[in-house]
Amino acid sequence: MTRHIITVTVNGTLYTREMDARKLLSDFIREDLGLTGTHLGCEHGQCGTCTILFNGVSMKSCLLLATQADGAKIMTVEGLAKDGVLHPLQESFWEHHGLQCGFCTPGMLMNALYFLTVNPRPTDLEIRRGIAGNLCRCTGYVNIVKAIKAAAEKMAQNKGA
Amino acid sequence: MKPAPFDYYAPSTLEEVLALLGQHGDEAKLLAGGQSLMPLINMRLARPAVLVDINRLPGLDYIREDDGMIAIGALTRHASVASSNVLKKSCPMLPHAAQFVGDLQVRNRGTFGGSIAHADPASEFCAVVYTLGGEIVARHAGGSRVIPVEEFFEAPLTTALTPREIATEVRVARIKGAAWSFRGIAPRFGDFVLAGVGIALDFDGEGRCGACRVGMFGVGPTPLRAYKAEQSCVGNRLDEKLIVELAELAATEADPSSDVHASAGYRRELLRWLVGWNLRNASRKHQEEMK
Ligand SMILES: Cc1cc2nc3c(=O)[nH]c(=O)nc-3n(C[C@H](O)[C@H](O)[C@H](O)COP(=O)(O)OP(=O)(O)OC[C@H]3O[C@@H](n4cnc5c(N)ncnc54)[C@H](O)[C@@H]3O)c2cc1C
Ligand code: FES
Ligand code: FES
Repeated sequence: MTRHIITVTVNGTLYTREMDARKLLSDFIREDLGLTGTHLGCEHGQCGTCTILFNGVSMKSCLLLATQADGAKIMTVEGLAKDGVLHPLQESFWEHHGLQCGFCTPGMLMNALYFLTVNPRPTDLEIRRGIAGNLCRCTGYVNIVKAIKAAAEKMAQNKGA
Repeated sequence: MKPAPFDYYAPSTLEEVLALLGQHGDEAKLLAGGQSLMPLINMRLARPAVLVDINRLPGLDYIREDDGMIAIGALTRHASVASSNVLKKSCPMLPHAAQFVGDLQVRNRGTFGGSIAHADPASEFCAVVYTLGGEIVARHAGGSRVIPVEEFFEAPLTTALTPREIATEVRVARIKGAAWSFRGIAPRFGDFVLAGVGIALDFDGEGRCGACRVGMFGVGPTPLRAYKAEQSCVGNRLDEKLIVELAELAATEADPSSDVHASAGYRRELLRWLVGWNLRNASRKHQEEMK
């Protein structure tokens, strides 16, 4: 099996690491970088809990190889809060009870973050379709939809201010 | 849930890709968006010895009008198909279908070429290209060839491509009239369909059907056309009686199978309903256009 050296920016920090070709990006993030906020549910693209931003776009990290991230900018859930201040999405999930066990939350947040960049003022239906790739076994989604809608409003206000 | 070992290459030229495929043959697999291949590799249902990643190839991400057809580069992501203005104008069935392919993350990464090459019998993109007509441009170390879509899909997940070939472009026919319709039925929004239908219709000045294409997917080993229904349509007015007849005919032309998601009989029933729904929808669109 080939081995590879990659240089990748994760949450603003540059890392250079060596790995086997078969290392999944999700495992690289969790095991090699110790960033365990990115969760693994199914490891075959079904549950969305491993969602990260890859060059600003939401993708499932269990369907990417770590070697494919060479030169890329990655953002994980650990990159959301700044200096101890929660991101408006995180605040809204808190305020609207958008989580129970929290297992799906990192992927939900990262996909919602991307979704709001392409659709900053979504309807409830658009939100539901936007998060169709993220399974939640606890909440029934209602409060997640509310939280994302509230976050959209907050983020629009912050932008206006 | 971890891949078996493999060698990995990420060439930046087509020549290198073709050389690697030439060297490793069916030991090698091309890796495009990975949204179908990586699940198989993670579950070790696929164990390629060599992965040739094509994501670093330049110049294969485009959608343009070309000689009366729309040419789509193999590395065009589903999300770009969904939002393309060229397609919305000249082939709106494709962006419409794109919204039903997987979910946001899958559409951000999956590629058009990968979807066509993967040849899932329930694939929306395979269905649209098959319904409207088109061709696949394939390259190998010795040259290239153009494969008509009618000869491309051979069996579930099996195409006319050889292990030494890469699809570089897919061309699909434009939709001329406004009368088209596309709908599938899936257990949940974004899942693979249990059955789906795409229809493109021309009408003459008297409101009679001209050329007609009825594509079906999820109801056979490959996408299918309902040729008998298409022929019975031509020259006739699309009234309720004819619609019911055409739906019956199409159902006899489908070849559904049973699996954990649905029985063959249920799929056929869905198909019958979908042909009717899509014909009515296409006809309604045409009438609105005429107003
Ligand atoms: C959760 C989930 C839901 C999905 N739902 C749907 C759905 O509803 N409808 C649907 O149609 N699809 C669905 N998909 C599949 C998705 O559309 C894939 O993106 C697509 O099937 C394959 O494209 P890819 O670029 O990801 O290809 P890969 O996964 O990289 O490759 C797939 C196959 O094609 C070959 N290949 C790739 N590119 C080329 C090329 N240029 N030339 C020759 N061979 C090539 C590969 O070697 C491999 O065998 C879903 C996937 C997931 C994970
Ligand atoms: S762990 Fe990646 S989608 Fe489930
Ligand atoms: S909060 Fe438990 S899975 Fe979503």
